[in-house]
Amino acid sequence: MSRSRFVPDAVAVLPWRVIGLVLAIGLFGQVVLFSAAGGSLRPWALGQGIRFFVLLGAALALSRVREDVWRKGALPVYGLIVVALLAVELLGKVSGGSQRWLDLGVIRLQPSEFMKPAIVLACARFYEMLPIGELRRLSGTLPAAALIGIPAALVMLQPDLGTALMICASGATVMFLAGIPLRLFIGGAALLAVAAPLAVNHLLHGYQRNRVLIFLDPESDPLGTGYHISQSKIAIGSGGIWGKGFLQGTQSHLDYLPEGHTDFVFATMAEEWGLVGGCLLILAFLLVIRWGLEVAQAAEGRFARLTAAGLATTIFFYVAINLSMVMGLAPVVGIPLPLVSFGSSAQLTVLLSLGILMSIDRQNRRRQRW
Amino acid sequence: MRRQPRLVTEASQAFSFSRRAWLLGAGQAGVGVLLAGRMGWLAVAENARFSQLAESNRVNMTLIPPRRGWIVDRNGAPIANNRTSFRVDIIPDRLEGGDEGRERVLRALEVLLRLTPQDMERVRIDLKHAAGFQPVAVAEDLDWERFAAVSVRLPELPGVAPTRNFARSYPLGAAVAHLTGYVGAPTAEQFRETHDQLLVTPGFKLGKDGLERALEHELRGTPGAKRVEVTSRGKLVAELPTRPDVPGRNHRLTIDAGLQDYAARRLGTNSGSAVVIDCRTGEMLAMVSMPAYDPNSFSAGISHLEWDMLSGNDHVPLMNKVTQGLYPPGSTVKPMNGLALLAAGVGASDRVNCSGAMRLGSSVFHCHKRGGHGPLDLRNAIMQSCDIYFYEMIRRVGYDAIAPLARSLGLGQKFVLPFGSQRYGTVPDSAWKLKKYKTKWTVADGLNASIGQGYVLVNPLQLAIMAARLGSGRVLQPTLLADQIDNNPPPLPISPEHFATVREAMWGVVNGGGTGGAARMYVPGVSLAAKTGTAQVRRITMAERRSGVLGNASLPFKLRDHALFVCFAPADNPRYAAAVVLEHNGHTVRNLDTPMIGRDIVTYLFDRDRAIKSLAEVEPTWGGDIPTRMAAQAAEYRAARNLPPAAVATKNDAVVPSNAPAVAAATTQADKQAATLEGDGPTGDTIAEDGTTEGTQQ
Repeated sequence: MSRSRFVPDAVAVLPWRVIGLVLAIGLFGQVVLFSAAGGSLRPWALGQGIRFFVLLGAALALSRVREDVWRKGALPVYGLIVVALLAVELLGKVSGGSQRWLDLGVIRLQPSEFMKPAIVLACARFYEMLPIGELRRLSGTLPAAALIGIPAALVMLQPDLGTALMICASGATVMFLAGIPLRLFIGGAALLAVAAPLAVNHLLHGYQRNRVLIFLDPESDPLGTGYHISQSKIAIGSGGIWGKGFLQGTQSHLDYLPEGHTDFVFATMAEEWGLVGGCLLILAFLLVIRWGLEVAQAAEGRFARLTAAGLATTIFFYVAINLSMVMGLAPVVGIPLPLVSFGSSAQLTVLLSLGILMSIDRQNRRRQRW
Repeated sequence: MRRQPRLVTEASQAFSFSRRAWLLGAGQAGVGVLLAGRMGWLAVAENARFSQLAESNRVNMTLIPPRRGWIVDRNGAPIANNRTSFRVDIIPDRLEGGDEGRERVLRALEVLLRLTPQDMERVRIDLKHAAGFQPVAVAEDLDWERFAAVSVRLPELPGVAPTRNFARSYPLGAAVAHLTGYVGAPTAEQFRETHDQLLVTPGFKLGKDGLERALEHELRGTPGAKRVEVTSRGKLVAELPTRPDVPGRNHRLTIDAGLQDYAARRLGTNSGSAVVIDCRTGEMLAMVSMPAYDPNSFSAGISHLEWDMLSGNDHVPLMNKVTQGLYPPGSTVKPMNGLALLAAGVGASDRVNCSGAMRLGSSVFHCHKRGGHGPLDLRNAIMQSCDIYFYEMIRRVGYDAIAPLARSLGLGQKFVLPFGSQRYGTVPDSAWKLKKYKTKWTVADGLNASIGQGYVLVNPLQLAIMAARLGSGRVLQPTLLADQIDNNPPPLPISPEHFATVREAMWGVVNGGGTGGAARMYVPGVSLAAKTGTAQVRRITMAERRSGVLGNASLPFKLRDHALFVCFAPADNPRYAAAVVLEHNGHTVRNLDTPMIGRDIVTYLFDRDRAIKSLAEVEPTWGGDIPTRMAAQAAEYRAARNLPPAAVATKNDAVVPSNAPAVAAATTQADKQAATLEGDGPTGDTIAEDGTTEGTQQ
């Protein structure tokens, strides 16, 4: 791993390929937000850009943190966030019809957001501590299920279907990678298929149930809840192969596309950059995720392996769920597109995850060099 | 028994991880491909659909009603044209905030447009009954200040649509009502049939009746479109290029606007009609039915009050009497009878002695002259309008010898004119009676028909055609549209000597001491040839005849005789022909009787100033010109009634004058009267009078 001798070691060891991809995605996101604001840095692009570089710096700083710190901190941090989720339930303010924020006076925190990487770390830590022989027993499954179930249930109470699903999915991924018997997943999938309609009818809140039903038939309510999906599809579909051109999107600029700078930012992008822009963005995300999985393959020890793969998958879930939702393949569940959507929480989570991934990567490379 | 878990080692676990991580990565790549594929589907396969949806989101298109084609007279003078008009409508669907919001908007409009409480009442009622997409007119023909006052406050007035457009204008007013018809807002049914957005565009009007309806397709034109870019909240972002409208095609008529107006005024207070035809081509120079409605106020949207007033009028202003009125032609058929008799072998100098009455079986047929005319030939019989001569001669040849000629002169014939609901009447003969009543033709039927009574019914247009064909000897077809003129109609197969005899007699009617002396013209070198007629609409019983037949002046309006008049001029070289039919005129007032009206109308064609002077002298005697009299009548009607509020509501249904119940009722009544007279002729209780004004006789 020898680069130019004029470059300091600390800089040379950075994973430049992935940093380049992340920079490209982030900067592109700012360009899209610039356009979404009608060709203006305010109110979104500038703030997002500053935060992006600050958080990217923080991620690079985190990459120097030793893996051991993550290992030891995993469960305490998990515990802290569960407590915070409880606090949100008890003290949380009503915000947008759901309680998600913890107002600390200076900043407002959304603990459920932190739970997405934390559940990966916690599960990875659990399987590291679990004796190998217990893996295929109940004692290898139930505690992990509880680790996932508690925060997922608390988040569901907020209610935040999208985040709860992501927590479950990320946790389940770690369980899958840890070696839990496959029949549990197959059985679980079968159970889900049976339980999902029941859950939709009895467990979901009114607006969540509506979203699911409208996802199944968006044209049934084109001006109500289905409006989001319809307008988003119009934006993407009307963009064509090459898009309408930078600052030329009508759906976003004339306010037909709701949430064009947050959850539906991909539609804003696709309208102006077309299929080409969309495919490049998807490719960039897939490359970042592939890098994450490569880091996992190269990692030493179960904790590092599971953490790296789990975090990469967390990013994947963000992207996959958001794009499915924006293109009308999934109900509107409020998952932003990482690094592109305006908003600090998801940006923070994803860059934090990338920081941890880079820290594991650094560990891997140090080992290889020695 | 519990199955022993598979042995798991660190190494096998690491291998399992690699395998599952690879599986996971493959799955993720698969999802990535799926998403890209989905995007490709949306952006490529469905691109056209979504592009169109995005475009229809972005662009708000409002149609611009096309400028309607003009209707002009033979000299290019406008009969129906367009004038710029500012108007304000409410689109009920676009009102916001329920009843409260609507009231707020209405109150704002009341102040801005300075509306009267009656206006407000009307708008409220109209709003209640309007289908949501149908614009409700708040005010039309606004001045610029009031229009601008509303326009600048539009953001606070949801549902209000101010538009600058072209309103239809009929400079001649009621004089052309039954010719042009009028325009009006489309009905809800018309929109449901076509779903043409133009029909619900504020200010758009289509032809409702008359020529406006018949020529709708060509007069309408193609709408323009104003395109604006709007946000999802309806805020205007930019104006896009406007597609201009294509005005409808103009139509030139054969009508002479000046003559049309003159004839309408000259009819005075009569319920009647006048038709003037060019003897060379059949061009219709005037086609007047009075009284009439004002097409300007109909086009602006009339109230139920106005409609009821017109419907209740016993002069039937809603009826186009030229094509919808059927009358027994009375003595006006006598010149035609003369032609038929000559053709049937009767000599021009063959005489009949008129003793004042003629016995047929047990019935007695009377002449209008009680003492009788003594012996007379055909010329004198026409000039004196002797009934006995025609009774006797037609008894000899049979009416079946007369009917074909009556038809060939146009009586009872269908003429193709751009009007709906025309009525064509009857020229009876034995075959017709057998078919219709399954009874045989009687001699009495022939005698009644010989004086234009009994089964004979014609409309005024047919009378004018008869006069024109008599005058020209050609098979003229009436034409209204200048591009359909036939310059060389074929001649009638009638000998010129026979024509000469009959024309000479008609000249004598006016100028040779006949019954139409009052029609003598004072234009040097031009003399009028004419025939008067009177059609009785009631039975005269033997008892009444013994005690003296009641004068028309002492009869109720509906029982008075119709007065008819056909003429052509100059008598020696016919150029123009005319027919005047006055319902229930009864020959009671000289100035308002057919001979002088006919004379003045024809005089207008040769010496306009003399005709206008003549009118100026007499018009004040009957209450002034048409608008003055109509205004007075409306004021009287309003004053006589406590108006129910609903009466001010704008009338917006499919009922138009030509199919109005009032017209149907009037025609039904006329048919009944005709039926009572035609029923059993042998009593011989009908007479055809000579057509001179009673007033002058007394």
